Amino acid sequence: MKPEKPDWPLYEVFIRPRGGLDHKHAGSLHATDAQMALEHARDLYTRRLEGVSIWVVRAMDIVASDPSDADALFEPARDKVYRHPTFYKIPDEVETL
Amino acid sequence: MSKQRYVLRLADTSLILAQRLGEWIGHAPALEEDLGLANTALDLLGQARLLLTYAGELEGLGRDADALAFLRSEAEFCNLQLAEQPNGDFGNTLVRQFLIDAFQLELYEGLLQSGDARLAEIAAQVLRETRYHFRYSSGWVIRLGDGTDESHARVQAALDRLWPFTREFFDADEIDTQMCTAGVAPDLSTVQRGWSARVGAALSEATLERPQDTPFAWYGKRGQHSEHLGHLLAELQYMQRAYPGASW
Amino acid sequence: MYTQGLDSPGTVDLPAPAADRQALERRFQARVDAEEKIEPKDWMPDAYRQTLIRQISQHAHSEIVGMLPEGNWITRAPSLLRKSILIAKVQDEGGHGLYLYSAAETLGVSRDEMFQQLLAGTAKYSSIFNYPTPTWADVGAIGWLVDGAAIMNQIPLCRCSYGPYSRAMIRVCKEESFHQRQGFEIMLRLARGTTAQQQMAQAALNRWWWPSLMMFGPSDTDSTHNEQSTRWKIKRFTNDELRQKFVDFTVPQADFLGLKIPDPKLRWDEASQHYRCGEIDWTEFKNVLKGHGPCNQERLAARRRAYEEGQWVREAALAHAAKQKLRTGRAAA
Repeated sequence: MKPEKPDWPLYEVFIRPRGGLDHKHAGSLHATDAQMALEHARDLYTRRLEGVSIWVVRAMDIVASDPSDADALFEPARDKVYRHPTFYKIPDEVETL
Repeated sequence: MSKQRYVLRLADTSLILAQRLGEWIGHAPALEEDLGLANTALDLLGQARLLLTYAGELEGLGRDADALAFLRSEAEFCNLQLAEQPNGDFGNTLVRQFLIDAFQLELYEGLLQSGDARLAEIAAQVLRETRYHFRYSSGWVIRLGDGTDESHARVQAALDRLWPFTREFFDADEIDTQMCTAGVAPDLSTVQRGWSARVGAALSEATLERPQDTPFAWYGKRGQHSEHLGHLLAELQYMQRAYPGASW
Repeated sequence: MYTQGLDSPGTVDLPAPAADRQALERRFQARVDAEEKIEPKDWMPDAYRQTLIRQISQHAHSEIVGMLPEGNWITRAPSLLRKSILIAKVQDEGGHGLYLYSAAETLGVSRDEMFQQLLAGTAKYSSIFNYPTPTWADVGAIGWLVDGAAIMNQIPLCRCSYGPYSRAMIRVCKEESFHQRQGFEIMLRLARGTTAQQQMAQAALNRWWWPSLMMFGPSDTDSTHNEQSTRWKIKRFTNDELRQKFVDFTVPQADFLGLKIPDPKLRWDEASQHYRCGEIDWTEFKNVLKGHGPCNQERLAARRRAYEEGQWVREAALAHAAKQKLRTGRAAA
C-alpha cells in the first residue's frame, strides 16, 4: 500500500432550492478549491432543478455548538412558553389576533 | 443543402464528443469527475439530438436524429476531427474539451444572431451549457498545467498533440462562407479572435506554452476522418446495425 | 452539526466508569426507541458506530461498483434517448455513492480509507454487481430487478436512526424510482418487439432473477446481525420479509411483460396470499461473496485502475490549490 496520500479537503454544501427559501444543508463533498467545490456541488445536488444558490464551506471552518452543551444552550428556552402565540387564549370574537 | 450540411457539422461534433466522454463514466480520477464528465456528455448529447433533428428536417428525406446517428457511415459524418480523437488520459480529454468548449462558446455566441430562428433558439440553450463546460474544462487545464511537474508535462504534451486539429475550426470553406453571407453563421475570423483570446488567457494562467500553428489540412467537417472514427461508430451503431428496424 | 470532525476525538469512546457507561447506553437506546435521530457528534455505542460505518460504506461501494455493469453499455446504447437516460442513471449512482460516503465520513472514517478497503478487496459490496451485462436486455433487467430490490431495502432505511444516513437515503429514494421505471420500460419495449428482442429479454430475466433474490442476504435463520441492528433501528425489516415483498411485487410485473420467471417451483399460495419460490442456491451466493463470481476481479480491477491512473490528477489539483494559497497569502502580506 502506498504511503499516506492527502485526501481532497471536505466541504459542506448548503443549497437554496428556490427564491424565498433558506439555504439548507444538503451534504458534503471533496474538492481542492472553491471553484471546484461549487461545480461539484452543482453536479451532485442540483441535477433535478433543486437549486438557485449554492454555498460551500470548508468543513473545518464551521464552528458548531457542542452537543454536550445542549442542555445549557437550549433547555432554558423550554420553560418560557409565554414566547409562543399558542400560550395565549384570545376570545373567539376577536378575529384579527 | 448548405444549411443542412452546416447544421450536421454542429450536430456531429457534439455527438461524437459526447460519445467519447461517455467512455469515461465509471473510470474518472475521482467520483466527482465521473459526475462532471457525465454532465457534459449529457448536455452534448441533448444538443446533438436537437441539431440532428433539425438537420433531418432540412434534408427532407424522413430521417430523424437516431437514423442520422446510427445509420450513416464514416464519410458521411462531418464532425470536427478533434472530437473523434481518442480520450487518452484525463489531461488529454480535458485539453480536447477545453479547445472545443472555447470554440463552441464563441461560435454559438455568434449564432445567437443567426438569421435562422431555429438555430438562434438552439444556440441560446447550447450557450448556457457551454459556459459551464468551458468553466469546468478550463478550470482543469489550469489546475493540471499549473499543478505538479508531471501534470504540466502531460497536458503540455496533449496540447502539442491536439493543437493541429484546431486549424479546421477557422479555415472557412464554401459552406462556412455561404452560411456567413446568408446571415446564418458568424464570420469565422471573428470567432477565431474570440477563441484565441480565451484560450490564450487560460493557457497563460496554466503556465502552458501555446503551440505553433501547423498546416494540418485533413478536415472532419469535409468527411475526412482519422482511423478512430470507424471504431467509434462500430460501437455507437452496433445495436441498430445488428437489429435492423427494431424499436428500443 | 455535520462536520466530519476527524480532528476531534468524537470517535473515541472516552473511558467512563461502568455505571456512567450503562446510563449513556440506556439514554441512547431511549432516544432510538422514541424515534429521535442520532446526529454525528452525539454519544453512541462504539458498536453502533462501527456497524453503521460498515453498512453505509458497503452501500456506497455498491453504488459505485454498480456504475460499471451499466456503464458498459453507454457507448452502445441503441438510441440517443436510451443513451441519455443511461448516462443520467449511472451519474445518479455515482451521486448516491457520494451521498453515502459523506454520511459515513460523519462517523469518523475518511473517504480514502473506505476506498482503500474496497480496492484491497477487504470491503464488501452488493454481490449482484459481480454479474456481467452481456446484452442490452441486461441493462433493462438491472433497472427492473436490481433497482427494484434496492428500493425495497432502501425505503425502510429512510427512517433509520442515524440522521445523515436517513437523509442520504431520502435523497437516494427520490432518484431511485426513475431507475426502476427506465429498466422496466426497456424490458417492455423488448417484450413487445421482435422475436430476437423477446428472446434477449427472457434470457436476461433468466440470468438476473436468482441473483436479485440473493441481494436480500441470507435467510433469517442464517443471518447474524439482525437483532442488534433492529433494536438500533438500523434495520427495520428482516431479509426474508423484504425478499417476500419483492417477489410479490415482481411476479405480476413479469406476467405483464409476458416473460417467464425461471423458477419451476414458483406458485401462488392462496392460504398466505404470497408467492412461494423454489430453493435459492446459497453456494453460488457464498462463492460470489468470496470473490469467485463471474466479474469480481474485473470490477475491482477497473476501480483500481481508475484510482491509480487518476493519482496524478488528484495530486495536481492539490498542488495547484496549495500554490494558489501561497499566492493569495503573498498578495495579502
